[in-house]
Amino acid sequence: MAKDIPLKIETHDFSFYYGAKQALHNITIGIPERRVTAFIGPSGCGKSTFLRSINRMNDLIDGTRTDGHMVVDGIDVYSKEVDVVTLRRRIGMVFQKSIPFPKSIYENITYGLTLNDSVSKSDLDSIVESCLRKAALWDEVKDRLNNSALGLSGGQQQRLCIARAVAINPDILLMDEPCSALDPISTGKVEELITELKDTYTIVLVTHNMQQAARVSDNTGFFLMGSLIEFDRTRTIFTSPSKKETEDYITGRFG
Amino acid sequence: MQTSTSSMPLPKRLIGFFAVTIALTAAVAVLGIILGMVGSFVSNGGGGVTWTFLSEFPRNNNTEGGIWPALAGTTLLVLLMTILGVPVGTATAIYLTEFAKQDSWFARSVRFAVNTLAGVPSIVFGLFGVGFFIQFMGNGIDGWLGTSSFGDGSLLWSAATLAVLTLPVVIVAVEEALRAVPRDLREASLALGATRWQTIVKVVVPNAVTGILTGSILAVGRGAGEVAAILFVGVTYSSESIPSAVTEKFMHLGYHLFVLSTQSPDVDLTLPLQYATTLVLLGLTFLLNLTAILIRSRLRKR
Repeated sequence: MAKDIPLKIETHDFSFYYGAKQALHNITIGIPERRVTAFIGPSGCGKSTFLRSINRMNDLIDGTRTDGHMVVDGIDVYSKEVDVVTLRRRIGMVFQKSIPFPKSIYENITYGLTLNDSVSKSDLDSIVESCLRKAALWDEVKDRLNNSALGLSGGQQQRLCIARAVAINPDILLMDEPCSALDPISTGKVEELITELKDTYTIVLVTHNMQQAARVSDNTGFFLMGSLIEFDRTRTIFTSPSKKETEDYITGRFG
Repeated sequence: MQTSTSSMPLPKRLIGFFAVTIALTAAVAVLGIILGMVGSFVSNGGGGVTWTFLSEFPRNNNTEGGIWPALAGTTLLVLLMTILGVPVGTATAIYLTEFAKQDSWFARSVRFAVNTLAGVPSIVFGLFGVGFFIQFMGNGIDGWLGTSSFGDGSLLWSAATLAVLTLPVVIVAVEEALRAVPRDLREASLALGATRWQTIVKVVVPNAVTGILTGSILAVGRGAGEVAAILFVGVTYSSESIPSAVTEKFMHLGYHLFVLSTQSPDVDLTLPLQYATTLVLLGLTFLLNLTAILIRSRLRKR
């Protein structure tokens, strides 16, 4: 892997437990800034758990605990002095299911912005436009910003969720299987978007779809049974993986 | 289906036949009881429910006149009960679903208390009202303020007693409504940097508001027909006026019915009034339930 790119997220022996069950085993990885990093692996391999550990979404589940270090921008996010709300404002997240709030398109975008700060209407207007443009949704919805977001198609809803995540101006975008519920055309649009967004954001993408990882990511990590088996340039992973498990998985002999 | 039924041995088929017959009979009986009851009240009391009946005070030892003070008292009681009980119930439900660790000692105790509360006979709530609200709180307030208006049965303490009685209904209904809000929606909000509290206020409660309303109305329906719980805490069998303060005593439809049917010098004379009063009380409860059903069906459509 190229060593000259600064690392945005680093973990050292990071382990994660749901109660007594260990879901992640000593993950050590460095995720480079402003690149797309994809995680692949069979269901239940821990890739989503790892993703959700980055912005501490797993805190919401009772009885979980972590071990080791999860470092974002040089700060261990699980240390006591870290405020989880502030942390999440720097890390946008897009979920598997597109889940707009049952509010208008406009309110969906401004939700994160208006939580703590009062932003002027004209600023909000321009942020809404720029975020929707970034999410390649502006032309489709600009005439109905005050309509309910639930009236959008599945693909549009997911792009709205991306716009919503981008609106809080994070450095990192976590995407948890963002295309798994979308048709191929919408998937194509979202993938295009990911490629464009990586100039601005560090993107971490969990995907079931190996072609997707191959298409959009710069680096790929392969998870199996809670362990990071291999992490390398995407091209290397898909053409000449060094571990047998990785090769078995990407050639379809497993999972 | 047909072939498999006929190929079954006779005893099994007989058991099946009897089971269906018994179940059907029970269902028809339930329907019959309700129709018969409502029908009897409508036919006997329907003529008695007139505008004068609803708007006049009882006269001549409750043998003539209307039920206005009882109707007004019931309405005031129910309103005050809602104001006192629904916020507490909603807050408890929010705590239980959103904040408490589900298997924590405290959350389990609260849940146990709620379930127990739901099974307590209403007369016990009445006695609790006397002991806690009137004697402890009322006398306490009187001693503190130097007044003498709180240490006796009143609209306020009756409403408070009923609020406690209906708490389980509110808590369970609101909890259900809050749980129906998808977890994903909460996560989406939190991932955008909202605090738990902001998420509850801006996402969870607005999405559960119809369920909260339904629960409140069902609680009100339960409270509106309750008599035993308010027997000792402020209801009165006769009143010259509509209560103008929460510390006054009040009349109540359910209690009025009890008085009409058992405490009158000439029970036969009050029979038409009894029927009409029952019909009004039934109508009131039915109206509340209907509202809840309508709100719920609107919720389902969304």
